[in-house]
Amino acid sequence: MDKVVNDFSITVGTKNGSGSSTANNTILRAIFKMGIPVSGKNLFPSNIQGLPTWYTIRANKDGFTARREEQEIVIAMNPDSFARDLAAVAPGGAFYYADDIKQPITRTDIAVYPMPVKQTVRGDPGIPNDFRELVGNMFYVGALTQMIGIDPEKIYAALDFHFKGKKKPIEMNFNMVKAAAEWAKTNLEKKDLFTLEPMDKTDGLIMADGNTAAALGSIFGGLQFAAWYPITPASSLAEALNDYLPTLRPREDGRNTYAVVQAEDELAAIGMAIGAGWSGLRSMTSTSGPGLSLMTEFAGLAYYAEVPVVVWDVQRIGPSTGLPTRTAQGDLSFVNFMGHGDTNSIILLPGGVDECFEFGWRAFDVAEQLQTPVFVLSDLDMGMNQWMSKPFEYPNTPMQRGKVLWETDLEELKGNWGRYLDKDGDGIPYRTVPGNRHPMSSYFTRGTGHDENARYTEDASMWVRNMERLTKKHETARKYVPAPVLYPKPGATIGILGYGSTEEAILEAVHQLDTEHGLQADFLRVRALPFTQEVTDFIHKYDQIFVVEMNRDGQMHQILCMEYPEKAADLKSVAYGDGMPASARWVREGILAKYVETAKANGRDGATAKAGSTAGQSSPVTEL
Amino acid sequence: MTQPLPMAGTPANVNLAGLAKNDYRGNPTTLCQGCGHNSISNQIISAMYELNVVPENVIKFSGIGCSSKSPTYFLNRSFGFNSLHGRMPSIATGALFGDQTLKGLGVSGDGDTASIGMGQFKHIVRRNVNMVYIVENNGVYGLTKGQFSATAEKGLALKHQGSNQYMPVDICMEALVSNATFIARSFAGNPKQVKELIKAAMAHKGIAVLDIISPCVTFNNQDNAYHSYSWGKDHEEPLHDISYIAPRSEIILEEEMKEGEIREVSMHDGSVIVLKNLDKNYNPTDRFEAIRVLAEAQANSWLATGLIYIETDKPSLVDIYNLVETPLNRLAEADLRPAPAMIDKVNALMF
Repeated sequence: MDKVVNDFSITVGTKNGSGSSTANNTILRAIFKMGIPVSGKNLFPSNIQGLPTWYTIRANKDGFTARREEQEIVIAMNPDSFARDLAAVAPGGAFYYADDIKQPITRTDIAVYPMPVKQTVRGDPGIPNDFRELVGNMFYVGALTQMIGIDPEKIYAALDFHFKGKKKPIEMNFNMVKAAAEWAKTNLEKKDLFTLEPMDKTDGLIMADGNTAAALGSIFGGLQFAAWYPITPASSLAEALNDYLPTLRPREDGRNTYAVVQAEDELAAIGMAIGAGWSGLRSMTSTSGPGLSLMTEFAGLAYYAEVPVVVWDVQRIGPSTGLPTRTAQGDLSFVNFMGHGDTNSIILLPGGVDECFEFGWRAFDVAEQLQTPVFVLSDLDMGMNQWMSKPFEYPNTPMQRGKVLWETDLEELKGNWGRYLDKDGDGIPYRTVPGNRHPMSSYFTRGTGHDENARYTEDASMWVRNMERLTKKHETARKYVPAPVLYPKPGATIGILGYGSTEEAILEAVHQLDTEHGLQADFLRVRALPFTQEVTDFIHKYDQIFVVEMNRDGQMHQILCMEYPEKAADLKSVAYGDGMPASARWVREGILAKYVETAKANGRDGATAKAGSTAGQSSPVTEL
Repeated sequence: MTQPLPMAGTPANVNLAGLAKNDYRGNPTTLCQGCGHNSISNQIISAMYELNVVPENVIKFSGIGCSSKSPTYFLNRSFGFNSLHGRMPSIATGALFGDQTLKGLGVSGDGDTASIGMGQFKHIVRRNVNMVYIVENNGVYGLTKGQFSATAEKGLALKHQGSNQYMPVDICMEALVSNATFIARSFAGNPKQVKELIKAAMAHKGIAVLDIISPCVTFNNQDNAYHSYSWGKDHEEPLHDISYIAPRSEIILEEEMKEGEIREVSMHDGSVIVLKNLDKNYNPTDRFEAIRVLAEAQANSWLATGLIYIETDKPSLVDIYNLVETPLNRLAEADLRPAPAMIDKVNALMF
């Protein structure tokens, strides 16, 4: 049999809190530094210590890095998940396990490699007792280094990065890697086909997580105020602000141009952020679904009082606590209508780590230009996992501060202005901010009915006029939000529409549909609501448009059907949410399950495109 | 706050800021005639006029309720934000970061603060946000027509509500245990004291909580109710006579008082609060004394009024954040966006 080079998945099963993340990230980063496209996804429970947790790494020479269901290499370090981990190995795969786990090995169709982890750790006097479990994880790093061919120098580079150049922990961990590799060389005979070879496909790329990228982008957007409340999976976004602001916004006088406040809850977090946005600061908060629920009343107020603020929602699955450490795209419908009464939200949908950075700064521009809350919907997979990415790019436009009047402006206007007056006919009024000392600068902000001069009124026609202007403003917003990204395929007969972190899985599914089923699809990744003209054009181009998303109800599909009722029959929902990052398999199967062969197949043999099973059920198509 | 000096030829009815009392007024009130809140609004206007405050240097805040409507009735030239029920503190906390030279002036009610807003109230106090936080306390929900609030006394009977079975929340006590740096209680029926306390609160750097018993003439003004005019008049026990002396003014009161009868509290801006003791020798810088006085008042059904507690040396929230001198909302792109070269540094920080 031929070797399988740079095309397989590795899953490590450990106990939560056992310190395996250092080991897993080291493998991921070393493969990345070998020039091989790779992804790493932490599949962890809501628990601090003790429950089973998994980390899955996929290396793929063709650049497909979405999660796969199939696992060719499985490493079992946790007795509690041993049987399950053993069963998960694909036929012909490899199974590594810590040999202190005494459980039956029932499979004969895989290569089995026991590892003397505890014995080796105990025998090393250089490892203090407290570090035995942590450093012990490095044994499987070392074993893999030898068995699949990871470059030890890249392992060292990964450890150097992780420990920020601190020699002692680097050496302690690297010595274990070396010892384990040496042991494997002497004691293990390679009986599987999976191996790595260096490539050059990651040159010029970086590795980062979306939350860090979002924080950095916000800082480059001139962030001045952030208020937040801890919640998985959003906490690391605000923590990254704390980490990077001092470095990126230093001043000679040692003073700060920003403030980050950990609020007492999400009600207060968004309240503070709205207060700061109202007073002219580039202001944000970051949260996840449950926090967003608490922010709803304030979001409605900010929409109606027209206050700019940026809200990052790093989505997790479920209503209520749901599965707090699992990913989803389940907040779209909620955010779209967030608030009571008539509302429509501006929503940005980053599709990768580089876009988390870009939307970090761009969201402030959009919010201040439109004087309204802007919601940026990321998710746990994008926010917390390390992704390969194009390097972050410096903002290509100056900061867009929108229509703000200062003293000199009011002087010119002789104080003649109205806070909610549509002077430019685009629905966007002019605003002043507190601290403006012009005697005509002030106005009174309220969620109650108000006229063009911000005066209290319950006048019926005034109410309607104001709401109509807000509708007009929402129309104007289409010109300010990011356009979608189109991935065209020659000869495409169907359209696929997706958004956010599913991009990798959809691109791979598009490839599979083409090569395995003879079905060509254009893929449009939507990046914002309200929809821009490009979305309208795309929807109207095909008889079948498949809307792919990670939730139960097909929330984007529903919104599209409302926006384009004339195309509702042609819009097909491929929605599935189980908390796991999207895979090409469920995208492909979901599309095939709903694909209808038509006479418009342009001479292609439509019969090759067979309907598959329903997404989420086991597939009749085997990958291996 | 910087105040322009009066110019030559300034009319006599203007203050040192060059403003007439009308410049401090708001729209006509839409609250009930005789409402204690209107009296407080009038004292705010008088206090600001007498303090020579420039209205543009103040931001008004409120939550939801009768009390929270009142910022419309004073300081029309100040920015204002009538926010959500119980959420004035968070709006104020964020907004005051916009320009740290501004002073916050918040008006809330007992429902807005002690019921729905208790959490945010405790936290704005704990953060020592630089604002005056007035609670117009009438023990009842007015806009929704007469339900009990959390400060209603046990046993109070109201139409449709029956008899209140719970112990009341003491806003001053809550402020005290949350480490408020300025706590006072007053009675809308004692306008002079209300005005002097507002002045002192404006001079305080940090949170100044003013719990003002403000009778609801429509829903809670029975003679035997704690929050009524007649009860307040009969039971008010002022801790002292209070006078606020602006910076640089001569303290002429001293001559009128005997040694040991007055107590002065120096404020950070050079102003002085003069407390003339009545029968009690009360020290408002002693936290244990403050707790004792509040507990004693509750046990004896006294309406103890005056400056209950003050601490003048704690940093306010914006001080803690060590902000640049220029107001944050006047910073330009050069101050806010890292230089282009920093993007390479950032990318290098990633793996």
